[in-house]
Amino acid sequence: MLAQQMVNGVLLGATYALFALGFTLIFGVLRVINLTYGFYFSAGAFIALYLTRVLGLNIVLALPLGTIAAGLVAVAMDSLLLPRLRHRRTAELDSLMVTLGAVLALYSIMTAWLGPDIRRFPPGTISADALEILGVRLTAAEGLILLASFVLVAALMALMKFTRLGLAIRALAEKPDAAGLMGINVPATSRIVSFLSGALAGAGGILIGLNFNAIQPYMGESMMLRGFVVIIVGGMGDSRGALVAGLALGIIEVLTAGYIDSGLKETVAFAILVVVLWTRPQGLFGRAVGQRA
Amino acid sequence: MASSLKISGLEVAYGRTDAVRGIDIDVPAGRVVCLIGANGAGKTSTMRAISGLKRPRAGRILLDGADIVGMKPHQIAALGLLQVPEGRQVFAELSIADNLALGAYLVRDAAEQARRLESVLARFPRLRERLGQAAGSLSGGEQQMLALGRALMGGPKVLLLDEPSMGLAPLFVDEIFAIVSDLKREGTTILLVEQNASAALEVSDDAYVLENGRIVLSGQASDVAENPSVAAAYLGG
Ligand SMILES: Nc1ncnc2c1ncn2[C@@H]1O[C@H](COP(=O)(O)OP(=O)(O)O)[C@@H](O)[C@H]1O
Ligand SMILES: [Mg+2]
Repeated sequence: MLAQQMVNGVLLGATYALFALGFTLIFGVLRVINLTYGFYFSAGAFIALYLTRVLGLNIVLALPLGTIAAGLVAVAMDSLLLPRLRHRRTAELDSLMVTLGAVLALYSIMTAWLGPDIRRFPPGTISADALEILGVRLTAAEGLILLASFVLVAALMALMKFTRLGLAIRALAEKPDAAGLMGINVPATSRIVSFLSGALAGAGGILIGLNFNAIQPYMGESMMLRGFVVIIVGGMGDSRGALVAGLALGIIEVLTAGYIDSGLKETVAFAILVVVLWTRPQGLFGRAVGQRA
Repeated sequence: MASSLKISGLEVAYGRTDAVRGIDIDVPAGRVVCLIGANGAGKTSTMRAISGLKRPRAGRILLDGADIVGMKPHQIAALGLLQVPEGRQVFAELSIADNLALGAYLVRDAAEQARRLESVLARFPRLRERLGQAAGSLSGGEQQMLALGRALMGGPKVLLLDEPSMGLAPLFVDEIFAIVSDLKREGTTILLVEQNASAALEVSDDAYVLENGRIVLSGQASDVAENPSVAAAYLGG
């Protein structure tokens, strides 16, 4: 029982980590709190739904295509909203207000267009087979979720650490002007960051949609609450922290629902957030702000 | 290899504040030209306009005769016009090796990158043992060496130095100016901004004195150094 709960927790946590990684990436690099980020989660799920339902694609194809499409949606939205905000002294607060307005508008347009009902992937989108190892059940969908989360997180980490693009992104995150002086195309690199973050959100949406087999326009919103918990607990802009905090949140939610009460899982998540903010405002792994640079 | 830089009628403004009010500066290929002036005179605004970080309100900036006004910073860097910005601006959270690699960001040839890294490390031996350390762990003087090395990794055709000696211990100040002399001997075109006027005038061929956004005096560095008003205002005598 506990082993099964842990597996379910890791499964949920892996998607949280994926989602939070994209959120913390865009904050860490562009220094804006981008609330439209939750929309890319919903967009990814709906695009994958369209690809499987209408075009009849296999989920193994719909997942990468939906991920890329969500990234492109993010590039379009972010290029429209963020450049004007970034250069203000009050960028962090202004971006909160502007992207909040934008994301509410996007959700209502989506709801007006597609309806508020919960949609499901068509039967047979993914094999119903399950694996049973030592009494722990893992369905094909769950296997795909684990594999995809792991591959995407590893790919992003490798990109950031080992490639020329990753070096440019890290430089841009720290000092945009100096990055420009190095010959880095700052606007283009910012668009790539939007793409990567939107793609991670979209992949998260598709995987959560698969996990619960429920897709709905506002699904990105409840995810954003968790995104906030994860990136604040993990330390704003800290990708390692986002991974650990995301996994932990998934496990805690599943254990709370399993052993205490499923109605309390949000309460527990936010209690953790409050305690972390009181005791370690810089996040679990972060250095105090004064210690930076 | 070395290029020339010619600025004419340059004006830079922030809202209603005029920082630079129509200046002309001529930096011939292979020469060292210094721009001296008090705090707030408009030196950094001039440098940021040249590198494309701040769009000038008016004027022309010619690199080998071609106007670069309106180009983006990365396009200007790609032309070989490289700046060591005020306050060094090293990437403190990245390693020294990564900082130097960023200096050669536009150099695609790995062998050429390695060759430049070798020559930069020969010039700044202190950086060699510390390649893996975060740049933020270096002292101010060492960070300035890193910022210089980073710019040299890009193979500058014109090098812009914005107050490289600012806030440094005297030993490091001497070292910085010694390096500027070396670069001059090697034929690098340099525009040097300084508040340390005596050292700057000593190393430069030509000099411009900036006051409140206007050039109030210019000429050969040795003549400018002997001008009584410069001596009174900038050379402490
Ligand atoms: N980002 C900015 N916004 C508004 N005013 C600025 C800005 N940067 C510089 N200034 C103003 O422009 C003038 C010239 O500044 P600056 O070019 O930095 O001079 P210097 O480098 O010679 O010390 C000063 O009056 C300064 O206050
Ligand atoms: Mg200055």
